[in-house]
Amino acid sequence: MNNVLHIVWLIPILPLIGFLINGLFRNSLSKSVAGFVGSAVILASFALSIFAFLQVKSGNTHLAHYFNLINIDALRIGFDFKIDQLSSLFLLIITGVGFLIHVYSTSYMHEEPSKDFAKYFAYLNLFVFSMLLLVMGGNYIIMFIGWEGVGLCSYLLIGFWFKNNDYTNAAKKAFIMNRIGDLGFLLAVFWLISKIGTVSYDEVFSATSLAKLSTTDITGITLLFFVGATGKSAQIPLYTWLPDAMAGPTPVSALIHAATMVTAGIYMIARSSILYSMAPVTQCVVAIVGLSTAILAATIALKQNDIKKVLAYSTVSQLGYMFLGLGVGAYTGAVFHVMTHAFFKALLFLGAGSVIHAMGGEQDMRNMGGLKKHMRITHLTFLLGCIAIAGIPPFSGFFSKDEILAAAFEASPVFWVIGVAGAMMTAFYMFRLYGMTFLGKFRGTHEQEHHLHESPAAITFPLIVLAILAVFGGFVGIPEVFVHGGHKLAEFLAPVFAQTNAYVSSHHAHEALSHNTEYILMGTSVLLALVALSYAINKFSKYQKTETASTGLAKVLENKWYVDELYDAVIVKPLRSLSAFFNNVIEKKGIDGLVNGVGKAVNYGGRQLRWIQSGQVGAYVLLMVIGMLVLFIIQFFVKNI
Amino acid sequence: MDIKAYIALSLTLFTTGIIGVLVRRNAIIVFMCVELMLNAVNLLLVAFSKMHAVSPAAKASLTYASDAQIFVFFIMIVAAAEVSVGLAIIVMMYRNTHSIDVNFLNRLKN
Repeated sequence: MNNVLHIVWLIPILPLIGFLINGLFRNSLSKSVAGFVGSAVILASFALSIFAFLQVKSGNTHLAHYFNLINIDALRIGFDFKIDQLSSLFLLIITGVGFLIHVYSTSYMHEEPSKDFAKYFAYLNLFVFSMLLLVMGGNYIIMFIGWEGVGLCSYLLIGFWFKNNDYTNAAKKAFIMNRIGDLGFLLAVFWLISKIGTVSYDEVFSATSLAKLSTTDITGITLLFFVGATGKSAQIPLYTWLPDAMAGPTPVSALIHAATMVTAGIYMIARSSILYSMAPVTQCVVAIVGLSTAILAATIALKQNDIKKVLAYSTVSQLGYMFLGLGVGAYTGAVFHVMTHAFFKALLFLGAGSVIHAMGGEQDMRNMGGLKKHMRITHLTFLLGCIAIAGIPPFSGFFSKDEILAAAFEASPVFWVIGVAGAMMTAFYMFRLYGMTFLGKFRGTHEQEHHLHESPAAITFPLIVLAILAVFGGFVGIPEVFVHGGHKLAEFLAPVFAQTNAYVSSHHAHEALSHNTEYILMGTSVLLALVALSYAINKFSKYQKTETASTGLAKVLENKWYVDELYDAVIVKPLRSLSAFFNNVIEKKGIDGLVNGVGKAVNYGGRQLRWIQSGQVGAYVLLMVIGMLVLFIIQFFVKNI
Repeated sequence: MDIKAYIALSLTLFTTGIIGVLVRRNAIIVFMCVELMLNAVNLLLVAFSKMHAVSPAAKASLTYASDAQIFVFFIMIVAAAEVSVGLAIIVMMYRNTHSIDVNFLNRLKN
């Protein structure tokens, strides 16, 4: 109680207040007030997060217990916030990047009517609130509340322009795909409760609890959690919602579908790292799924022409790398990549938003080009973001991606080879995007060219801040080979993963890579990325629109490997026909038939019996006599009534 | 006297009553047949009452098997009330239709 960190409840409460103000008074608030309230609460949260982070850095971690959420028999689930190294780092990312994106949104969404404008900020604040709950929660239930909350906000914001039917479909797709994953998450929580009767992190990860779990239990639980993660973090087989989620406003794509929400799965697995380390089978599954997602999404990104779609597939691909990192046990590396990715991907999305804004809503890169001279700040920051994601030293993406790849090499050189191939593709498609957008000649209409302009300060300010972070953010995790003790992030996160690392080193003989090997690995990947990068710039700076339809592999890639069509044929269509069958046969003929049949039978019977009521007194009397006789006969033959 | 004779007489009266009610259309006759049935039952009640009254067990009891005889009076009173109502209906029926045919009453259904 006396711990200063006990006030961390203010961090999520502030965005909630912002949500209530903007949500309830959306009809009366002016745009500037709504934008100010929305951003100010996040800024306040950010300040508190910095405070919490500094406290944690000085060694003060805290498990804040506020009240019991569920209290049944021995099961006690508290409303707890756990503030430790991992959650405080995520707090900084969420509120920091979140604040920049709020500021950006005040300008980007300015053309909306003020009612929608306030609604937008209400949703955005609600999202930040849910995301904070997710990472601050001291047990899986609080995490799950946030987990569902961010899913809801994601749905609301993807379908923000709900008058467009495609957008609402995209929103529904995202929501349903997330629900599939959530089911896995829930089942895992139930499994935990049934085996060890608690969901609090500290208790679950204690030695006594872990001893109660058999290998099967751990494998099952971790696999189910991973199913949840594939839904939220867009991995195979549930990744197809994320590219469609680009239907939402661009700042939303930056905040939710790049920087924060989609990293929830990584956070969850990093949080449960001890469980995952104890389940080698799951780790293997995670690594393979992550790697295949990284490659698959990268190949699709090669041929997309929508600027946001490229970034979306790039996000899926980068998330794949994070899962690869988790799968091979490089938890710090994965979290590190979450952080750097949040910087450069938010930057790229916001840059793309700035471009779209200047182009008057145009998203097709084939109609862009030559924007370099019109939008200097956007161009420069975007270029920095591209270099960062391509993994060119000393930009941030290099350090985090390299750490994951090095860990992958330790696990299996095959992982490394595929991973580097993916990294090459990353460099290629990012610079294809850069070349097509900023270099060459302008290919849009005259009207658009006339309209081209640099975005206002509310848009360029977040770009500049994020660019600085994207460039220098990597220096918190300089690998051991360059500077001894340079990996500040690993030192900072060490207490979180101490138990896991102790477990791993006691079970597997671990040999660090020799420095020479590491230099060779880094050199190779950087060299390959540079080759891909310069090839892409060469090819696409002189890009001309061609009308010829692509063929062969290019066509397959353009159509995203036909995965959506495959899902449509394998799952959606059979489900539709099954529903149609239930509707037409079971519902209409069976249930309706039964209900209507009862009515019809009574109706028919009544009509027939009506003839008895003839009005003839004699007939009545006759019936009475017959009735009496029948009673007598029954009485006579059936003695024991 | 043997109880069987009473039962036979009562049965005859009752059957006559039923047949009369079923086959005759004159309301007065139907009415009389109903009375015949009531009185067949009354006769039976009194006969059984008398038969039980001579049994030693009934003598020992204080009620002296008088329930049935009281019940007969009750039926008579109800029958008298019924007759007064019934005859009044028949009179009204005759005034309105100039007929006392019971089948004529089926026009009530409309």
